[in-house]
Amino acid sequence: MKQQRILALSSAAVLALGLSACGGDSESEGGSGGDGGGSGDTVKVGIKFDQPGLGFQEGGEYSGFDVDVANYVAEEMGKEVEFVQAPSPQRETLIETGQVDMIFATYSITDERKEKVSFAGPYFIAGQDLLVTSDSDISGVDDLDGKRLCSVSGSTSAKNVQEEVPGVQLREFDTYSECLDGLVNGQLDALTTDNTILAGYAAQEQYKGKLEVVGNTFSEERYGVGIKKGDTEMCQQINEALTKMVDDGEWQKAVDANFGPANFEVDTEVNPPEQDECS
Amino acid sequence: MRELFEQFDVWAAFWMTIKLSLWSALWALVLGTLLAIMRVGPVRILNVVGSAYVNVVRNTPLTLVVLFSLTVLGTRLGIQIADQNSPTFLTDEAVRWAIFGLSVYHAAFVCEALRSGVNTVPVGQAEAARSIGLGFGQSLRHIVLPQAFRGAVAPLASVAIALIKNTTVATIIGVAQTSYFMAEAIEFRPDLIWELFALIALFFLAITLPIGVGLTSLSRKVAVKR
Repeated sequence: MKQQRILALSSAAVLALGLSACGGDSESEGGSGGDGGGSGDTVKVGIKFDQPGLGFQEGGEYSGFDVDVANYVAEEMGKEVEFVQAPSPQRETLIETGQVDMIFATYSITDERKEKVSFAGPYFIAGQDLLVTSDSDISGVDDLDGKRLCSVSGSTSAKNVQEEVPGVQLREFDTYSECLDGLVNGQLDALTTDNTILAGYAAQEQYKGKLEVVGNTFSEERYGVGIKKGDTEMCQQINEALTKMVDDGEWQKAVDANFGPANFEVDTEVNPPEQDECS
Repeated sequence: MRELFEQFDVWAAFWMTIKLSLWSALWALVLGTLLAIMRVGPVRILNVVGSAYVNVVRNTPLTLVVLFSLTVLGTRLGIQIADQNSPTFLTDEAVRWAIFGLSVYHAAFVCEALRSGVNTVPVGQAEAARSIGLGFGQSLRHIVLPQAFRGAVAPLASVAIALIKNTTVATIIGVAQTSYFMAEAIEFRPDLIWELFALIALFFLAITLPIGVGLTSLSRKVAVKR
């Protein structure tokens, strides 16, 4: 009898928990949705939360180059920013379902992605590079034959290097942070991905002086702003804001503030980039 | 769907999933049987060790077990599981640590499945074995375990199916199996996402359904009629 009562009580508690959790969710979503759609004064921006120097969440604060550009663009559009996490595999879905309005998340413009979303920008041209320990003799992709390289499972960077240097050995993890441990401890020779991301790691307190970006890029990644497919009006607004950001020097300030500490040299031949036609 | 096959090495990914499943199932069965023997045996210390193993491993996330295997056992402690000088050392190492992690993890479940099988053997069987003068090892080998395996086929089938699906966790250490192919395809061809999910679901159904059906009918066939 007693046992039954306990069971009933606990199941009631579990149910209540479940209900309240759902209630909370839909409420907050409904609220923000109303703001975004109704009065049009907030804009939901998808960024990375775990990429130091680009999009990074610390407590309730967001920092990084993507964040700075997003803030500038939103201000130009006269809107409040609400940041949402946009992990790489979910970026297209987040835009298609309207869960975010814009994505600033190291989002390279590619033809395949244009099938699903449209891009404003680009607002930065990055390139694939290598992160090595300070005493390493690797000075570019050509030195990688037979070396041990680390990247993220199934990423563009991993694929690129394998095509470029078939003799390289590749270790792949879920995140770049896991690569860093092996790199610092000498089991791995280099970490590869976009130079912007690498610079963020090299600038982190615990790796300062131990790791450096080689500075010899071997691909071109054009970071665009992902928006709903076919929304040329928004695309134009964003592009105008980006042009203005470059013209009034804010773009350069953001670059210096976020990439400066890593001694990361921005390729000025292609940066700041010209925006593409909106389509 | 054809585009996926043209652009990615889908068959290699599927084959890697199958290889991981087979090797891990084999090792998990061996290790799990040993653990079950330890847990049902008369030696107290082995009972304790066996149940400690099962309770620790079974209640640890597989992701952690697999990542721990490679990064701590392999990289940090430097346990050599593959040839250091081989040009494919990093890949070999990752695959083997993945098999290691999967085996170690599922052995706990195999052990429990077998123990449930042992429980289907009436106490009278073991008592009868002892009364005709068989020792623990003999009665285990000739009387208890054969009946236990027959009774454990159905729960073992569940473990096998779980193991096959769990091989997808190997992506976190970069083993190029089915879920790795999925991550790659989402990165490069987000336009084919429906086809991709359908293809992967079909692949897993195509191996797990026959295993489920086959082992269930086997379990009926070999069940000890009492």
